[in-house]
Amino acid sequence: MTIWTQLEPLLGKVQKPARYIGCEDGAQVPEHHPDRAAWLLAYPDTYEIGLPNQGLQILREIVNERADGVAERAYAPWTDLEALLRAEGLPLFSVDSHRAAGDFDLLAFNLSAELTYTNLVNLIDLAGCPVRSVDRSADDLLVGVGGHCTYNPEPIADFVDFVVLGDGEEAVGEITEVVAAWKRAGKPDRLEVLRSLAGIAGVYVPCLYTPVYGDDGLLVETVPNDPAAPEVVEKRTIADLGEWPYPKQQLVPLTEVVHDRLNVEVFRGCTRGCRFCQAGMITRPVRERPAEQVRTMVSEGLKRTGYDEVALTSLSTADFSGIEEVVRDTVDDPSCGNVSVSLPSLRVDAFTVGIAGEIQKARRTGLTFAPEAGTWRMRQVINKLIREEDLYAAVRSAYSQGWRRMKLYFLVGLPTETDEDTLGIARLARNCVEIGREHHKSPSVTVSVGGFVPKAFTPFQWFGQNTREELARKVNLLRDELRRDRAVQLKWHDPKATVAEGLVSRGDRRMADVIEDVWRHGGTFQEWSEHFDLRLWEDALERAGLRVEDLAYRHRAEDETLPWDHLSAGLHKDFLWQDWRDALDEVGLEDCRWTPCYDCGACTGYGVEHVVASAVPPAGGSQGTGQDLAVGGEVPVTLLASKPVPAGAGS
Amino acid sequence: MRIRVRFSKLGKVRWTSHRDIARVWERVIRRAGLPIAYSQGFSPHPKLHFGLALSTGHESLAEYVDLDLADDAPNLPGPAELDALPARLSAVLPVGIEVDAVGVIPTSTTSLQQAVESCEWDIEVRGAAVADLDAAVARVLAAPELVVTRQRKGKDVTDDIRPYVLDLAVVGPTDAGARLHAHLATQPRGLRVAELLSVLGCGEEGAVRRTHQWTLVDGARTEPLAAASEATSTPLAERRAS
Repeated sequence: MTIWTQLEPLLGKVQKPARYIGCEDGAQVPEHHPDRAAWLLAYPDTYEIGLPNQGLQILREIVNERADGVAERAYAPWTDLEALLRAEGLPLFSVDSHRAAGDFDLLAFNLSAELTYTNLVNLIDLAGCPVRSVDRSADDLLVGVGGHCTYNPEPIADFVDFVVLGDGEEAVGEITEVVAAWKRAGKPDRLEVLRSLAGIAGVYVPCLYTPVYGDDGLLVETVPNDPAAPEVVEKRTIADLGEWPYPKQQLVPLTEVVHDRLNVEVFRGCTRGCRFCQAGMITRPVRERPAEQVRTMVSEGLKRTGYDEVALTSLSTADFSGIEEVVRDTVDDPSCGNVSVSLPSLRVDAFTVGIAGEIQKARRTGLTFAPEAGTWRMRQVINKLIREEDLYAAVRSAYSQGWRRMKLYFLVGLPTETDEDTLGIARLARNCVEIGREHHKSPSVTVSVGGFVPKAFTPFQWFGQNTREELARKVNLLRDELRRDRAVQLKWHDPKATVAEGLVSRGDRRMADVIEDVWRHGGTFQEWSEHFDLRLWEDALERAGLRVEDLAYRHRAEDETLPWDHLSAGLHKDFLWQDWRDALDEVGLEDCRWTPCYDCGACTGYGVEHVVASAVPPAGGSQGTGQDLAVGGEVPVTLLASKPVPAGAGS
Repeated sequence: MRIRVRFSKLGKVRWTSHRDIARVWERVIRRAGLPIAYSQGFSPHPKLHFGLALSTGHESLAEYVDLDLADDAPNLPGPAELDALPARLSAVLPVGIEVDAVGVIPTSTTSLQQAVESCEWDIEVRGAAVADLDAAVARVLAAPELVVTRQRKGKDVTDDIRPYVLDLAVVGPTDAGARLHAHLATQPRGLRVAELLSVLGCGEEGAVRRTHQWTLVDGARTEPLAAASEATSTPLAERRAS
């Protein structure tokens, strides 16, 4: 049933009411039916952030094309509307038909950021569903999650009924089938449907597993407690992106959102092997979309939507075989009109800048590079093998082609980082400004610094995150260094938020109490700096008897059980461990797309291979193959794992 | 060539802002393949000229936008294409926005912002009894002046809004209150419905719909562009928007 008539009088009292009306071009109001599994696909942040999410848009179309499923969308109402909804006793609703969440069978979230977890809990509650899965009965919603964060779903395991690991294109159909059958049978036993879901490849049902903790507080193992649960849940991988040309009807919102443009995914996966990058590890192998299909999706998408900008999306987009041709065809296609192409993820080299110059003829705003670290030593540790010459060549090329503003992304708090590495960031930025002065009077470089948070299924998953104090000290070091430098603007991510991200990134099921506690104390929208409050997290930790030192700051040992060991992203754990040792030895690893296999497991385990149209690496600097991997750094560093100290003991 | 487009905005889409709708129009023009003219300069933008902003949440039967088309474009619409243009634009506009008429106007035409002298409104006053609203209307119409204080750029500004109230009439009761017809002047500034309701002092703003915008041509009230077939297009828009 639609709640529009009750909702509408509230819209005059809230900010940006257009967030809640739906009506996007491409939206559809599917016909619900007792035989059809009804999905409410939700993004646990505002409409502006959530609408462009391609994952949800893809799944929405796939489900709605099926005879046994329907899908609508929901986003987190901003705090003003949430307060009104709660005061009026109104639930979370879909924006497509303004149906109450309780009218659906499944409530499924895309999780792309850890700090949205309290919003996840809030939306489950606002949907009228018990927040803990153990308290739900057959009539309650089945709560599912997918997306990059779910590679360590343990902190939210108690809130969700199922987790989809990896690509959702195929799994969403199989889940729909199971739930539709259960619905037709009159929704008998909830445990039965959960068991059936656990039988689908890539689907993890947390309640069918029990974590075992040792006396020292460390996790010993997470084991199935039900014969329906596989010992290890493997992620799903679609072999051929060309079979899934979604979204076919990208939603065009009526109000402004982030990434407000046509988005066409050109490939999935990345094998550059940057060791800090979870996305690059968990989405392997590389699967390119056929260039011809990219062209069609671009030209038809532009015509249908009326957008004048298209983004070719992937990790490190310049690695797409034939990127130049696709870009040129798009820019030159008269039927597309005056279109600009954006490549949100760019390598750092002059070749890339050349492409960028070609496509941003109309609006040349700024260019962003991500060297990630300030010294070659540090970049070898993280396997981001950009030589300084590559960066300078890229910057020189950009300035000479008319760009005036440059943005450089860096991480601080990386393994083995010294102050020399941190200050190297300032040195690189200054050198970029110097190069800019050859071309312009007042070039400007923005340095954006984020605190590093180790993630599951990366070689850095064993690394103890820098403390808040250490991150703050490094940021201050840079601030002092760059204080008098007007041409360099320093921006940094709040180290307090980095701490909270670290807590949930590698936490285990005991974090559920903390997340629920933060939510119960009003801690929603923690991604938003005006709402983020570390005190809420610290207080919750204390009440739960947990310590940030154990959860985030501690190095893990090789033999320690990790909370996600019963899940698999296809990567062999010994490959990751070897890569971690290589990192500490400052040994870089080349991209395996064009070199021999390192047997990381991503391809072999699923019987798929890299789908790359070009047998030769793209042109460019050291980031292509034939890289100049000058071996540097003679002193291997060892990071000793530490054991957690039982809470309350000492200190 | 400059064309004037008259459109309605009804239903859920009324919660979009004036700025949102401006962006919608830019996309719609590209989708409809109209050869819009672009401004010169470093960042060219399409030449669209909007009329008086409609507040977020208000409906309208009479919105206008002027479009400058590139005269040298091979696909400049001819008379037949212009006749078909309302349907062509409506097909690619969001549900709830419907083009009612399109007409060619001289490029020297005064801008909508300056030309429109007054607007008529259909206002639901929630929680107001017809008798109370009648009395309030009589009081406002009888007042020689109505001095209000409002905030403008952080400062208190006092002005007399009585000259803006051209006509007021209670239409009758609604489910939640009473319906008011208002004719309000827009020059030198537009009187907002909320301001009117605050001087009336009874009831809250419910559904609000702009029904007409008026210009003065040789002393006679004239619409910037008459709706081609008001009798049929309005119900269609209503039906689509509901």
